[in-house]
Amino acid sequence: MRNPYLPYPVRIDAISVETEDKNLKTFKFVFLNPADEQKFAYKAGQFAELSVAGKGEIPIGIASSPTEKGFAMFTVNKVGLVSSFLHSMKVGDVMGLRGPMGNWYPWERMEGKNVVIIGGGFAFTTLRSSIIYMLHPDNRKKFKDIHVIYGARTPGMLLYREELADWERRDDIHMHITVDGTSDPNWKYNVGFVPAITEKKAPPAGNDTYAIVCGPPIMIKFTQPVLDKLGYPHDKIIMSLENRMKCGIGMCGRCNIGKEFVCKDGPVFTLEQLNQTPREY
Amino acid sequence: MLSYTEKIREIAGRLLASGAVDMVIGFRQGTIPMMNEPHFAKTPAEAAKLMWDSHCGINLANYLTDRKERIGIVAKGCDSRNIVTHIIENKIKREQLVVIGVPCRGMVDKRKIAMKCPGEITEVIENETGLTAKGNGFSQAFEKKDVLQHNCSLCIHRNPVIHDEMVAPPVEEQKDVDRYADVRAVEAMNPEQRWKYFEDLLSPCVRCHACRNACPLCYCPTCFVDESRPQWVGKGQDASDVRTFHFLRAYHCAGRCTDCGACERACPVGINMRVFTKKLEKDCLDLFGWEAGLSPEVRPPLDVYRPNDPNDFIK
Amino acid sequence: MKTIKIEKSQWASGLEKASKAFRLIGPVKEKEFHSFKPLTNGAQPDLTCLNTRLSPKSLVYPQSEVMFNYSLDEGREDHHQMKEAAKDYSPKAVIGIRPCDAKAFALVRMNFDTPDYQDPYWLRAYESTTWVGLGCTSPCSSCFCTSAGCGPYHEEGLDVLLADAGDHYLAKILTEKGATFIDAAGWKAAAPKDADKALAAMRAAAEAKITSFVQTDRLKALPNNDLYSASFWEDVSFACINCGTCTYSCPTCWCFDIQDETRGTSGVRMKNWDSCMYPLFTLHGTGHNPRGTKLHRVRQRFMHKLKYFVDKYDKGIQCVGCGRCVRLCPVNIDIRRVCNMMNGFAASGEACAIE
Repeated sequence: MRNPYLPYPVRIDAISVETEDKNLKTFKFVFLNPADEQKFAYKAGQFAELSVAGKGEIPIGIASSPTEKGFAMFTVNKVGLVSSFLHSMKVGDVMGLRGPMGNWYPWERMEGKNVVIIGGGFAFTTLRSSIIYMLHPDNRKKFKDIHVIYGARTPGMLLYREELADWERRDDIHMHITVDGTSDPNWKYNVGFVPAITEKKAPPAGNDTYAIVCGPPIMIKFTQPVLDKLGYPHDKIIMSLENRMKCGIGMCGRCNIGKEFVCKDGPVFTLEQLNQTPREY
Repeated sequence: MLSYTEKIREIAGRLLASGAVDMVIGFRQGTIPMMNEPHFAKTPAEAAKLMWDSHCGINLANYLTDRKERIGIVAKGCDSRNIVTHIIENKIKREQLVVIGVPCRGMVDKRKIAMKCPGEITEVIENETGLTAKGNGFSQAFEKKDVLQHNCSLCIHRNPVIHDEMVAPPVEEQKDVDRYADVRAVEAMNPEQRWKYFEDLLSPCVRCHACRNACPLCYCPTCFVDESRPQWVGKGQDASDVRTFHFLRAYHCAGRCTDCGACERACPVGINMRVFTKKLEKDCLDLFGWEAGLSPEVRPPLDVYRPNDPNDFIK
Repeated sequence: MKTIKIEKSQWASGLEKASKAFRLIGPVKEKEFHSFKPLTNGAQPDLTCLNTRLSPKSLVYPQSEVMFNYSLDEGREDHHQMKEAAKDYSPKAVIGIRPCDAKAFALVRMNFDTPDYQDPYWLRAYESTTWVGLGCTSPCSSCFCTSAGCGPYHEEGLDVLLADAGDHYLAKILTEKGATFIDAAGWKAAAPKDADKALAAMRAAAEAKITSFVQTDRLKALPNNDLYSASFWEDVSFACINCGTCTYSCPTCWCFDIQDETRGTSGVRMKNWDSCMYPLFTLHGTGHNPRGTKLHRVRQRFMHKLKYFVDKYDKGIQCVGCGRCVRLCPVNIDIRRVCNMMNGFAASGEACAIE
């Protein structure tokens, strides 16, 4: 019986500061035992528990794409006990990784369809994983049009800015980057809240179009009516939830909402499923 | 005490009908022998469910903390002292309350009765001075004074210290009560004996925190045992953690505890943790001449500095 | 599987023999109530106990359990890596467990033994234990097992079912593990020819003594959202003090917390019982708490036990009717009352004041 609580030992290979307020850092982990990387094989949309001995574990969405080999990448917000300690760790430090956990964005169902990705703030991590996955030469032809609407409070708060700029230059993906506001005269992209930009730029709804929405509760609250207005059916709106988790494997009961465990039956749910579930997230 | 039920219902019904309060907090009949459930009535019809007997030991002041409504609250002596403490500590405003005072001759300890019965008790019938516990093949009568909760047997504030209405005339207070015999017994132990005594006392603790939650004084938004940055106390059953929880909680209640006994009543494994709070209550009385919750006009000793405060413990 | 007879005069000596192969555990009276404790030095299980104060779930799932050890000493090669803690899963036998508690383990197993993940701590402890149960001849007035999916002589989750027949026990051997235990104790006497009839009669007599029932027939069909926004939750939750007593004493509650505790440079990662009754249970790092009010938490407990579990597994409610929460709740919140309110719920115009 494999012990699902036992983390794979990993070493921090690189740390970069993502945002201007320094509250978000991206960590690249390398497995101490190379065979563990195979065992950790994941799909875009899943998460893992980052385990720090002596402090605890935190569930974080996997930001790297399964097409990127040799490492696993996570972007962590400094918010509590474990994340603050993680922010103080250095390259070379040893910690643990447990996973992959949860379900993933419904890649099989979205084959042959248009995909609209709507992300806000630092919830963009698994969306990065998704975009890199879809843009990979092996995968790009599986999907029709790809639109990305991504916003943050200010330019300095956007994640993965270099990659965003790279994607912007490509012609096989439509990027709609936006900020709530900026005083930068050289800002070339949109200014406006994500729901507003969604209303302006999202492609029309249809049986061939899926929307993946991932962001803070406030963004979701205002984006959903926009998608309703545009006619997106609820079983084609894919959402990724956050909740307080501990075991990540559907046993400790903490993330339970209705009859689902967010860590195991989710974190990806369609809006249709969420409408049947109490709003306790 | 049984006639109190009629009076409580009458007062509650009147207060609700006239709109003097938004809700009345009292007890309604429980579903198993010797238990009652705290209940709030918002209409005169609901007020008709309120009742009172010798199994109303839970401290209703616990339900007042930070509420914003106008509340009629049924309060016996100890409850009323906790209401005073709540007022002093800004957890409720005096103007919000209509205190329905209940002069109390003590609550019954169901554990004491259960221990004296040969089997499961299926019915308890109360009269003015005693109760009869019935079960399969037995029926035993008890004098109330023989089966009181320990704190009730030592009570010297049976009558509410504040009230807007009273359900009955005041009862006589007990005189010449030695409240601290059990504390002195522990004080007389040497450190090894005391260590063993505390170890035995706390060994069944499962860290459910029913004692803390039943206590009206424990209202910190995040209790010290739940803090994580930094984490002061472990969450398991390590004996040091268990002792830390109980000792520190007693200290946080020092000078505020009214010995209502709700903590012991709530404990699912029967720990008599009042031994800690009684010690601190005795210290407050000896050092500062202080009894908690007697008047909303007087600030507690740990709140004020007086030049003649005892300070021989400062070395 | 057969039924045998154990003369009460052979009982203690049989247990003595069995103790060579099994660590024996049984109800022992401490102070005013019973708990399951190891039976060492010939101690006998007290089978007069109606039921233990807290459930026997701690035998498989201790309140505090070390999962891993770790060292923070960077001089060691395995520093900061989790090492599995040594455990003792040598055979255990629990004597005198009641059928409600045994069925509870079978229910809880559905959580810890899934196709995707198995919890080795729970499973290994459970599977290395032989459950020798005792049928209840006099159920308590707060027992409602027959309407909660089991009963005083229910066999699910047991390896042997003992029935007290006066000067002897009838022992119905239900599994291979049960047979192994009986062999180790050396009890061989064949049961009288009408043993099965006698057992059935004892079962019927015990079931007839149950006086407390819950209605559960409409729970599955009732829409989730309707029950969730019912107006009775305010009344149900008012008295609750969110203490955790119900969850800790309940044999079918299983929520836990994972914590690291370090002393100096070495530490442990442990599992501790946790309770949905505590505000911290669902508190996000950002400070957002989806179940921030007492009403949310009380509602969650009852909805989980009586509705979500029913929906998820379709095996009845997550309750075996042992009555512990009813007897131990300091403010007398009664799950039987709430279950009947939920089952009898008819959607009306009034919704719950709190979302």
